[in-house]
Amino acid sequence: MWMLELPPFVLFLIGGLIAATTRGKLRGALMIAIPVISGLHLWTVPEGVHLQLMFLDYQLVPYRADKLSLMFGYIFHIAAFIAIIYSLHVKDTIQQVAAMLYAGSAIGAVFAGDLLTLFVFWELLAFTSVFLIWARRTPQAYSAGMRYLIMQVLSGVILLVGALFYIADTGSISFDFIGLEGIAGWLIFIAFGIKCAFPFAHTWLTDAYPEATPTGTVLLSAFTTKVAVYALARGYPGTELLIYIGAAMTCFPIFFAVIENDLRRVLAYSLINQVGFMVVGIGIGTALALNGAVSHAFNDVIFKGLLFMSMGAVLHMTGRINGSDLGGLYKTMPKTTILCIVGAASISAFPLFSGFVSKSMVMTAAIETGHDWVWLMLLFASAGVFHHAGIKIPYFAFFAHDSGIRANDPPNNMVLAMFIAACLCIGIGIYPAALYSLLPYDTGYNPYDATHVLAQTQLLLFSALAFVWLNLKGMYPPELRSTHLDVDWVYRRLVPNALQRMFAVIWRVDGEVRQAVLGKLNQGQQLLTRKSKGAGSFISSTYPSGNMVLWVAIILAAYLFMVFIG
Amino acid sequence: MDNEKQYLFDNPKNIQRVLYLLYACCTLLVILDFVIHRHVYHSWENLPIFYPIYGFVGCVILVLIASWMRTFLMRPEGYYDEPEANDNNHSTPTSDADATSGHATDVKKDIGDRNVDA
Repeated sequence: MWMLELPPFVLFLIGGLIAATTRGKLRGALMIAIPVISGLHLWTVPEGVHLQLMFLDYQLVPYRADKLSLMFGYIFHIAAFIAIIYSLHVKDTIQQVAAMLYAGSAIGAVFAGDLLTLFVFWELLAFTSVFLIWARRTPQAYSAGMRYLIMQVLSGVILLVGALFYIADTGSISFDFIGLEGIAGWLIFIAFGIKCAFPFAHTWLTDAYPEATPTGTVLLSAFTTKVAVYALARGYPGTELLIYIGAAMTCFPIFFAVIENDLRRVLAYSLINQVGFMVVGIGIGTALALNGAVSHAFNDVIFKGLLFMSMGAVLHMTGRINGSDLGGLYKTMPKTTILCIVGAASISAFPLFSGFVSKSMVMTAAIETGHDWVWLMLLFASAGVFHHAGIKIPYFAFFAHDSGIRANDPPNNMVLAMFIAACLCIGIGIYPAALYSLLPYDTGYNPYDATHVLAQTQLLLFSALAFVWLNLKGMYPPELRSTHLDVDWVYRRLVPNALQRMFAVIWRVDGEVRQAVLGKLNQGQQLLTRKSKGAGSFISSTYPSGNMVLWVAIILAAYLFMVFIG
Repeated sequence: MDNEKQYLFDNPKNIQRVLYLLYACCTLLVILDFVIHRHVYHSWENLPIFYPIYGFVGCVILVLIASWMRTFLMRPEGYYDEPEANDNNHSTPTSDADATSGHATDVKKDIGDRNVDA
């Protein structure tokens, strides 16, 4: 369509400018046009390095396309398109500009062929996305955004240091397989890990995403973690450590998700759970596992986006998002309800929905390579994700007890965006060959064999049965207005409190020491005054000047002594 | 469409119908487990009705552990909002009654950010 050397992110940066300078319907039309045009162009782009620059003896590659980066390029275009439609009603210019620049940064990052370019987009992702959180304009959003930004920038700084070590070690800045060798490999791994929400580094996600605007969270859920998944798939495929990290990521968030009240925070925990499946796939590193990881990232962007959109619609229309405040919304929000259930079925990996055709690849790869315990953990996580994202989200928002809220379905643009996402979920689920043809490897995998369909359906329906049974027995934890502590308690409470106490002790000790020293000085002075009382009478009749003369004499004596020994 | 309208699940019979449908599906799946010849990757899968048992037991354990986690992880809703208020008792678990105390501030917050992007 136009010259091949133009990287796809450029159009989105122009889009950011357009969004800043235009208003109303014109802005909406131009913003929709950008991902469409850019996406259609990307479809025609062949694999290969399309742009190289020299920078201080190093070869920068801002635009490298291969199957892996193209796959993420496609899904980011789809995500941007859907999210822009979803946010067409938003009149807040900051959000619209941030959305375009953020999508552009993500697309730039996946086409970066060298570590310095990657670093630039890595940091741009942080700085553009934080405005989507701050745009909520609540004190909570402001401080959550700050914590988010600190973690993201920290990840970027570690990436830069790692990249510098890498350049020193290898003499090359190209971004290919890195591996956990040497300090460079570990630093870059940690940088990717923070953005990928590894356990203990995951709290920026569950802290900040639920505080963003209804439309902002949809964008946030699509890009940052998926860029990190891409980076891991590029730099660390087959790293065994990732299998265990990923398995932990699939399991621990589901416990928090079951008791969490804020339904968008439930989805944030479930986002970590889904990213865990991708990380396991990358760690296993076989062709099937990598295909599974990449295709699950593709599907997750769509179905997690759909779920965040449906909860965003609930928040937008009712002003509430806590499970304890909601319920019975199916009565007046039937479209949102149905679309949310499609998203829930997809994330739960029901046959004929998109999650089924990608998650199963990772699970099959895990058992084929003999990771039995990991496979059992993934199976448990699959049941758990159905429990908290598949049942809990639609149940507490749209059914459960009647909250008395009678909100209508959201504006048409929101419904349309959700509808497009739902169609993609079902379309990919029914016809997975279209998705498989885009994947990096050809494995001839078929998800729809009788064994697999039966096993997955059994697992899910008996999880549903467990939910029903626990509810009927009254053992299901009710939705309560509450905050649940997570690792972020360490830096939001423990460390500040410890510092506060430490400084309180320091100030007290400092005060006491000063008092004591002052007291001693006073005593000494009084002693001197008493002793020099006689001298005072003939040197000077007034007390202070006598004192002063004495001190001058002492100082002179000291000075003389110092000169003497010097 | 007035407020008196009966919606689908206002009638308890419809809820019962959905539940019966679920029970029927579950029964059918257990029967199918013995009918369909499955090719297995792992010896655990040879156990009869392995997946239904794993799904059911897994979820019950999940919920029981999660409920237990509430006993030491749950704090009042505004826990992080006012650092001074919780300064001295941050390590002691709070009761359910405390969890509902943040009601008024929450409603205010909800209304406050309602129309940010309208």
